[in-house]
Amino acid sequence: MIIDHPLFGPRDASEFVYLGDASLMDRPDWKSETAAQDFHAYAYLRDNPAGPHRELWFHEGGDRSWLVITRDTVTHEITRVELARDVARKQRAPQ
Amino acid sequence: MTYSGFRVIREALRGDLGWGPAWRDADPKDHYDVVIVGGGGHGLATAHYLASRYGVTNVAVIEKGWIGGGNVGRNTTIIRSNYLLDGNEPFYEMSLKLWEGLEQDINYNAMVSQRGIINLIHSDAQRDAFIRRGNAMILNGADAELLDEAAMRREYPWLNYEDARFPIKGGLAQRRGGTVRHDAVAWGYARAADRRGVDIIQNCEVTGFRTKNGNCLGVDTSRGFIGAGKVGVAVAGNSSRVMALAGMRLPIESHVLQAFVTEGLKPILPGVITFGAGHFYVSQSDKGGLVFGGDIDGYNSYAQRGNLPVVEDVCEGGMAIMPMIGRARLLRMWGGIMDMSMDGSPIIDRTHIDGLYLNAGWCYGGFKATPASGLAFAHLLATNAPHDTAKAYRLNRFETGHMIDEKGMGNQPNLH
Repeated sequence: MIIDHPLFGPRDASEFVYLGDASLMDRPDWKSETAAQDFHAYAYLRDNPAGPHRELWFHEGGDRSWLVITRDTVTHEITRVELARDVARKQRAPQ
Repeated sequence: MTYSGFRVIREALRGDLGWGPAWRDADPKDHYDVVIVGGGGHGLATAHYLASRYGVTNVAVIEKGWIGGGNVGRNTTIIRSNYLLDGNEPFYEMSLKLWEGLEQDINYNAMVSQRGIINLIHSDAQRDAFIRRGNAMILNGADAELLDEAAMRREYPWLNYEDARFPIKGGLAQRRGGTVRHDAVAWGYARAADRRGVDIIQNCEVTGFRTKNGNCLGVDTSRGFIGAGKVGVAVAGNSSRVMALAGMRLPIESHVLQAFVTEGLKPILPGVITFGAGHFYVSQSDKGGLVFGGDIDGYNSYAQRGNLPVVEDVCEGGMAIMPMIGRARLLRMWGGIMDMSMDGSPIIDRTHIDGLYLNAGWCYGGFKATPASGLAFAHLLATNAPHDTAKAYRLNRFETGHMIDEKGMGNQPNLH
């Protein structure tokens, strides 16, 4: 697989380390009444789809940036690569 | 028809005209006591033990493709019970005992070969860890034997003992481990279940579960609705997809694991060898090919094929312990989809829907577990209570903190 890094262009996937579903960026609120159940779901349960999947990759053999990659788990085709910090900023921006 | 040596000779003299199909290709009935989703090793074994040990014969195994076309046909055929933790070892030791009696039980030559498995030791710390593991195995009724370097050299003189980075200092042997002809496991269990009246229904994909007031009434399939008293799901890498039809999210990620086989060679490798410093395991098939594998690719995948970096990594592992493997040509490689759980251990449990049961999370250790998984799942389906050896394999253990993390990696499925 070739990952088209937003800053470096196409890089071999072996430079990267896989973490998992990009939902791991959305930590539940620890002050919530349902925090125990929320953290169980956050830490252990996964959608695990066959098809497009948003996931976190770490450019360990490069600039050590975190990426959010949209990849098809059936074909391994990568359709979108974003810097995780951009995704996080967008999520946290006031609506 | 019972298979026997006498039957082989008789058929040979009569032009082999008396052999019939090993099982019926059944059409679905309207209702079964138990419907098992997934015609792989675990599903077929479950049907066999339901019929033979628990007297439940009104059973259907439904399979979206053909039986034995998934992971039971895509593994490296190794059987062993060299686990450390209490939640695992009694279960896998029961599995090994079932393998030992399997061929008589199902009247099928599954080529169970207890040729022994040796985990190589490369450092003092690793020897300490393997002594502990060996003792845990012995405490649970399994066999384990610590080999020093001299003993290893007697058995495997051609291993790369002098490797500067990973010298071989000994091994932990389990003599009762070995290999089994993987396809024969699927076919043998299918035939044994069929002979007791189980319907094996192929090309029948589950499209939904019908429930009423929290009870499972049956499954919608590509061949119509099939009613069921109980439904058991054993679909390995597709567990998340199938259980999503019942509204469940599982503690599972699907990952691709590759395996490899070389051209046929003269006998050189009498048992199973595993590399202790990287991830590489190898045996020699009866046809002569070296069958080997290593790590999963490490990213979510349903593709049944992997990528080249892991091929390179596996081959480096092979070259580290047996440099002569570099002279062998690779004949085939393939991938299977592993249901990697969050602690590296399986799940055999009820679900929040009454009458719907789950058998999943086998990671890349499902083949060796086939008989015990079938027996424990049959026990759960028949009695609604977990089998003694499978009590730890609960779905809610991630909520209660009772993880069975053999490798100590935490909730990171691609590291188990």
